[in-house]
Amino acid sequence: MVITSAQVPLWLLPTPTHILKAFWETRQLIWMHTLTTLMETTMGFALAVIFSLITSGVMVLSPWLKRLLYPFLIISQTVPLIAVAPLLILWLGYGLLPKIIIVVIVCYFPVTISLIEGLELSDPDLLNLLRSMGASRWQMFYIVRWPHALPSLFAGLKIAATYSVMGAVIAEWLGSSAGLGVYLTRSSHSFLTDRVFAAIFTITALSFLYYALITILTRLALPWMHNKKRDSLE
Amino acid sequence: MGLSLKGLSKSYSNIQKNQSLEVLHSLDLDVETGSFVSLIGPSGCGKSTICNLLAGIEIPDSGEILLDGEAIQGTSGNFGYMPQKDLLLPWRTLIDNVLIGCEILHREKRKAQVEAKEWLNQFGLSPFSEYYPHQLSGGMRQRGALLRTILFGKKTLLLDEPFGALDALTRQEMQRWLLSIWNRTRHTVLLITHDIDEAILLSDKVIVLSQRPTRIIHEFEIPFPHPRDPDELLLSSVALDFKRQLLHLLIP
Ligand SMILES: Nc1ncnc2c1ncn2[C@@H]1O[C@H](COP(=O)(O)OP(=O)(O)O)[C@@H](O)[C@H]1O
Ligand SMILES: [Mg+2]
Repeated sequence: MVITSAQVPLWLLPTPTHILKAFWETRQLIWMHTLTTLMETTMGFALAVIFSLITSGVMVLSPWLKRLLYPFLIISQTVPLIAVAPLLILWLGYGLLPKIIIVVIVCYFPVTISLIEGLELSDPDLLNLLRSMGASRWQMFYIVRWPHALPSLFAGLKIAATYSVMGAVIAEWLGSSAGLGVYLTRSSHSFLTDRVFAAIFTITALSFLYYALITILTRLALPWMHNKKRDSLE
Repeated sequence: MGLSLKGLSKSYSNIQKNQSLEVLHSLDLDVETGSFVSLIGPSGCGKSTICNLLAGIEIPDSGEILLDGEAIQGTSGNFGYMPQKDLLLPWRTLIDNVLIGCEILHREKRKAQVEAKEWLNQFGLSPFSEYYPHQLSGGMRQRGALLRTILFGKKTLLLDEPFGALDALTRQEMQRWLLSIWNRTRHTVLLITHDIDEAILLSDKVIVLSQRPTRIIHEFEIPFPHPRDPDELLLSSVALDFKRQLLHLLIP
């Protein structure tokens, strides 16, 4: 209402009805692009988690390897994505692979940092207790370190989940044949602002979906954090 | 037979200040099999250090630890060790927490569970076996920690200020309860405490330690026969006399 009455041109700020209409009219197109983005984020996210698990595990079990690998972890985060992405696209083409790699780069850091933090206990007493029982390094890992790391791992996964969509869209935007980033740039270049908004909403919804999924997983994996049946006690 | 420490020494080095802190200097100590011995001494004198050396968490600079005649210094898994904090794992239910020792030793799970359930029952913890630690009261958690220690299955227990973090009333309750448990199991126990009543009530022998580097100042044989009646014992003139002497040694 405000928009219609204020006489703002539609190509600058479309009304909600126009956005809905654009959404409906291009629903098949949006769906197709969403599938591509979904594919890239899911693959990249999953690969990043697998790499994180391997490298953090190795770094926590061997302080020596940690000293060797940690600098690369920092570098993976300080290299400017905006500069690397075009290179990857140049070398690897307009297909899925460079986008997946970019999503991996974006997700790897938050997951690994939070996982390492969780695996390295702040309280040595727990490990000492297990040591007193003659536990092996591996037993200490799966009895104490791993479950202790889960809350912080899931916090990292939540951050990574939202980053992953953003990473994929930016990568698509820099050069691609499909994906929400492509839909976004094409629409904006043609001044189809209602479609730009439709794209923004889709991207937001996608990020939110990932976030919700991780939240549900967190609840399933960490039952002790939600179990509050104290009532019968004290 | 039993546990004996021979000439045990331990220093901690402080790398930044480039100096070393001598905590134990050639300490000798004996605990007979089946007896309940308490160590009492000023804070920071090295009581936990003794426990850590026995538990195999730390390695002595010199000296021997003999368990039933066998030198065991530097090895772990020989004692049931219970630190002051309950250290129950927050992500495990009570029953899974008390079974940790069996898991580490790869004991048969089914049998261990049956045994654990019997014990939980004796400890009054049966209804809470599926509870997470944060759902339990401080006293329950401490009982859980002791059960974990017992279920590790060693006949000697090291209890490092097990009730130190509890409020005074709960602590008294726990002492009485520990006494009744011990009457049934007759573990060999080395208890570290700063509570004089606790030491007199539970022990056959109370050993008083000095400031660093730790020496034994005095040993008291506590002659009351078992089973003991806590209220009567603590108010008896013999116990009050021990208490006076202990206070005098600890707060000169
Ligand atoms: N790992 C360690 N490194 C350096 N100093 C330590 C260490 N553990 C204990 N200490 C020091 O040794 C002394 C004895 O400690 P502890 O055995 O814990 O005393 P307590 O009798 O109170 O249990 C203390 O002064 C403590 O600061
Ligand atoms: Mg101590």
